[in-house]
Amino acid sequence: MSNGQRKAFRGPGRGGHMGGPPMGRPVEKAKDFQGTLRRLLTYLNPFKRQIILVFMMALLSTVFSIVSPKIMGKITTELFEGFLQKLNGLAGAAIDFQYVKHILLLLIGLYIFSSVFSYFQQYIMVGVTQKVVFKMRKDLNDKLNKLPLKYFDNHTHGEILSRVTNDVDTVSNTLQQGLTQLIIAIVTLLGIVIMMLSISPLLTLIVVITLPLSFLITTKIAKRSQRFFAKQQKALGDLNGHVEEMYTGHEIIKAFGQEQESIAIFNQENERLYEAGWKAQFISGIIMPLLSFVNNIGYVLVCVAGGILVAQRSIEIGDIQAFIQYSRQFTNPIIQTANIINILQSTIAAAERVFEVLDEEEELSDQPQTKFIRFPKGEVRFEDVTFGYQEEALIDQMNIVVKKGQTIAIVGPTGAGKTTLVNLVMRFYELQSGRIMIDGVDIKDLRRGELRNMFGMVLQDTWLFKGTIRDNIAYGREGATEGEIVRAAQAAHADHFIRTLPEGYDTVLNEEASNLSQGQKQLLTIARAILADPAILILDEATSSVDTRTEIFIQKAMHELRKGRTSFVIAHRLSTIRDADLILVMDKGSIIEQGRHEELLAKRGFYADLYNSQFEINRNQMA
Amino acid sequence: MLKIFRYLRPFRVAIVFILILIFLQSLSELFLPTLMAEIVDVGIVSGDIRFIFQMGGLMLAIAGVGAGCSILASYLSARTASGFGKILREEVFTRVESFSLPEIDKFGTATLITRTTNDITQVQQVTVMMLRMMVSAPLLFIGGIIMAVSRDAVLSQIFIIVLPLIALVVLFVGRKVLPLFKSIQRKLDKLNLVLRENLTGIRVIRAFNRIDHEKKRYELANLDLTDTTVKVNRLMAGMMPTMMLIMNFTTVSIIWFGGLRIDQGNMQVGDMMAFIQYGMLIMFSLLMVSMMFVMIPRAAVSAGRINEILDTVMEIKDDNIEEDGYEEAKREEASKVKVDEETELSSKSEIEENLEKESRIEKLEKTNKIEKRKMYDKGEKVESTGIIEFKNVTFNYPGAEKAAVSDISFTAGSGEVTAIIGGTGSGKSTLLKLLLHFYEPQSGKIKIDGVDIRELSLNTLRKKIGYVPQKAVLFTGTIAENIRFGKKEAADKEVQQAAEIAQAWEFIAGLEDTFAFPIAQGGQNLSGGQKQRLAIARALIRKPQIYALDDSFSALDFKTDAKLRAALQGVIQEATILIVTQRVSTVLNADKIIVLDQGFIVGSGRHEELLTNCQVYREIVASQLSGEEPA
Repeated sequence: MSNGQRKAFRGPGRGGHMGGPPMGRPVEKAKDFQGTLRRLLTYLNPFKRQIILVFMMALLSTVFSIVSPKIMGKITTELFEGFLQKLNGLAGAAIDFQYVKHILLLLIGLYIFSSVFSYFQQYIMVGVTQKVVFKMRKDLNDKLNKLPLKYFDNHTHGEILSRVTNDVDTVSNTLQQGLTQLIIAIVTLLGIVIMMLSISPLLTLIVVITLPLSFLITTKIAKRSQRFFAKQQKALGDLNGHVEEMYTGHEIIKAFGQEQESIAIFNQENERLYEAGWKAQFISGIIMPLLSFVNNIGYVLVCVAGGILVAQRSIEIGDIQAFIQYSRQFTNPIIQTANIINILQSTIAAAERVFEVLDEEEELSDQPQTKFIRFPKGEVRFEDVTFGYQEEALIDQMNIVVKKGQTIAIVGPTGAGKTTLVNLVMRFYELQSGRIMIDGVDIKDLRRGELRNMFGMVLQDTWLFKGTIRDNIAYGREGATEGEIVRAAQAAHADHFIRTLPEGYDTVLNEEASNLSQGQKQLLTIARAILADPAILILDEATSSVDTRTEIFIQKAMHELRKGRTSFVIAHRLSTIRDADLILVMDKGSIIEQGRHEELLAKRGFYADLYNSQFEINRNQMA
Repeated sequence: MLKIFRYLRPFRVAIVFILILIFLQSLSELFLPTLMAEIVDVGIVSGDIRFIFQMGGLMLAIAGVGAGCSILASYLSARTASGFGKILREEVFTRVESFSLPEIDKFGTATLITRTTNDITQVQQVTVMMLRMMVSAPLLFIGGIIMAVSRDAVLSQIFIIVLPLIALVVLFVGRKVLPLFKSIQRKLDKLNLVLRENLTGIRVIRAFNRIDHEKKRYELANLDLTDTTVKVNRLMAGMMPTMMLIMNFTTVSIIWFGGLRIDQGNMQVGDMMAFIQYGMLIMFSLLMVSMMFVMIPRAAVSAGRINEILDTVMEIKDDNIEEDGYEEAKREEASKVKVDEETELSSKSEIEENLEKESRIEKLEKTNKIEKRKMYDKGEKVESTGIIEFKNVTFNYPGAEKAAVSDISFTAGSGEVTAIIGGTGSGKSTLLKLLLHFYEPQSGKIKIDGVDIRELSLNTLRKKIGYVPQKAVLFTGTIAENIRFGKKEAADKEVQQAAEIAQAWEFIAGLEDTFAFPIAQGGQNLSGGQKQRLAIARALIRKPQIYALDDSFSALDFKTDAKLRAALQGVIQEATILIVTQRVSTVLNADKIIVLDQGFIVGSGRHEELLTNCQVYREIVASQLSGEEPA
């Protein structure tokens, strides 16, 4: 009876996994149960000794708690016998309190041992579990740092986060409680059967007869309730989907006056959820009362049969008392085992998801012997580069040569895949064939860290983290001094607005950095790039979400930044494009034209089209 | 937490029944040991086998009744809790649907979603638990004590020592462990934050080669979380054995003192056996109560979040949205007149009369207002061409320091294209949102055909406007359904027409199911340009008097853009067109260009005029076109 309660104390706020799935709820199944289990066990391997110790303690603690009713029964018998003798007026009849005292002391000893063992068992298990979980989380993070960007393109943040937190949490809870509980439940079950048999095989038979009944009830009802739970899950999914869609499209719903329709659909789905929901709840809710009824039948039978046996003096009253206690505890471990097996299944499924991440293919590791560019100049050469995100090549046999300080403009309509090139030079993705050289060195021969240190990047989505403005700028270079940070901010035209903030450089950006405007954020990232002082720059000119004044600052800052550096610019401004040493025209993911502005215009191809449709009207107007 | 249970009201009867049923069930649970004691004390002692059978039968019957009660209670509580969840969900959803944008801004879409889904589920689950446990635990507790005392009051004194001891342990856990659990939650959030930042900034982190730095941050958070978890779990590890020890010691002392009492002839053996079982029941019920201490704070947080939605006072009230309101006001008015006639005859006190009059005037005004709106609503009598007039409009987003738009005045004529240009943050989109009456301006008026939009019901107002938002939002369903979103009863021909004008037909024709093509959630299976064209078609099909286009061509390539604009020309000559954009090329041919900068109008006129007299406009043109100075 202790274990059922113990589970519920797991506490709040831990991934909603309290006490495992209720009875009769469908359980997630792992694809490869055995393999995953075995792998999970390897995590436990370093703690083999502790775990064996834990199991021993659990065993002892359980054994002690199992013998105690039987011993307690001895006292009852003594009391009863003494009482009866007194009743019958036997001379000198008395309860032997010396004997009772002895047994009680024995009992107290057993209880204390049992509790102490149970405490240490859990205490040790806490340490083991948390170490395992710590390692798992660490492994996951290390792995994530080694995965190619491709992986993150195909998995949502929510999905990854859920694996690192929820799934690991599930594993943690099960390790903490489930394993020892399983042992305890099984030992208890065996122990109880043995004890019951030792008291009375006949009574044991009576109790065991009720077992198939319990089993039948549980499986029958569980089967039915699973159907309803599945329905409920489906209805809940539909409902949540509708809610999500309606809330995200709220403005449109309002503008088109569709509130009533939306509510009508919601009500329909809500009704379906209600219908499935209460049935699932009800059916799973009757398992316990039915089981306890069956248990009570056993109880009554034991009382009656035991009563008769005692009345005929073929069994002692204390034994009956002990037996009643055993039979009361009998169904508990059975239910528990069933529960734990369910929990174990969903745990293995969770572990499998964790391992899936750990099994993902990593970025190619750096060459064992890497080269080192001491003073990077920033010459970039593409030699027969072929690349595609999937099988088909988007870039085929591309050759370009970029000299130190040159500017490459990448142009094309939105969604043309303009960041592809950036991804390649920084080696976020691997080439299918060909090579990219920087200052005459194949980038594959460089350590990724070294390679990326040569680059500075200002992207459209300005990534800032929760921390002070100073820390965010200093992110560009480790160990930057205060003076360098301020100078970088000045060069980026950010110093002024930073100083107008009440906390200045110590202003803490909140999680979404929503206490700065988009333009200000962009200026900070430019300052960061200036501080990094890279040989090669990657700039995204798209500054559409910035007010005019800031836009001019950003332009100036970017211009400043480009001086003397090789730069790849995802270009939106005509001036940048015209002055570029090379224009790469992209459409639908591939580079379709390249050359200088005049050459491309003369070609009368896609670029000319693009240029004319975008700028011609304006030129006419200007003229 | 309690506040939210007002929605349990419809289930009052069911809850009373649940209480009774669970009470009966608890009684039966308590009664079984009593009968067992009878078997021992009477049946066994006297060897009366018939009596034992009788008692056995009685026990069986009581166990059966108990099970029956429990099942019935389970039925009722399942219905109650699910029904409660259903009502709550409906309330919250309906409420959110009635929200205008200030309320949505206040909460944020993401949290509204979790509040409507997870939080309600959470509260519903706790309701189930409470209906089952919270009721039965105190009943078992009190019942157990009564039974124990009635069996042997003297021996019951043991509980006076034991119960405070258990309460102390529970209290200790509550004081010590619960805060730790909260801190675990915080640390888990922190770990999540680091991880989320790592995921969103992955390119930057790798580009700046700061993986090791991030790893350290993560490790620190991980370690911190682990340490606290270990601490909590170790405390918890001590708790259960302690509890068990207390319980077992209680049993031991019951036996010892019970034995003494038996020896003195004050107690029977069966009584003592029953007494032990009562003791167990009492202590378990206490444990159950302590468990609820753990659960309730969690649900209380959810309940609080739900209440926040339900208690939100809306800024823009649309008291005309229900036709009934109007009818009711009229009816009341009619009856008032009747009453009035009567008052003339009867002798009512003056004060009363005055009051009557006042409320009558109020009612009359209301009716008038409603009558007026009704007229606009029907589109009768009032000439409606769709002329928009902004008059000294100033609007501040709630909590914002600066006004988003200040002192905006302009008119947009019918059959004209009025373009609004400016950088983001200049207040362009805000103007459209004000026109749609998503927000209420702090001062100034917005009129359509000379009527203040506040006089119009939201429904009527929005029916006049074909709105194409900046972000083309589509819904799950077919393409046709999405276009019909603008006009439910539109014929197939109209859908086709709208799609053609919006230049959407060219890609729809290429799809396998054409108009029956199913759109995935959020329109993920369409490109940005395709979505935008469908959003335009959706507005076109309404044939509104006003088109409000918020940067609606941004995802289109230039060719499609040009074709679309040409096609639009023919269709929407009669309408007023308001275009918000940041592309100079879009505004070139507008009849009127309004230049916004930081919420102020800094220029208006045609392109050529603005080039000469508006500095900001020149800057915008310069930044987009080239480094050259424009003419």
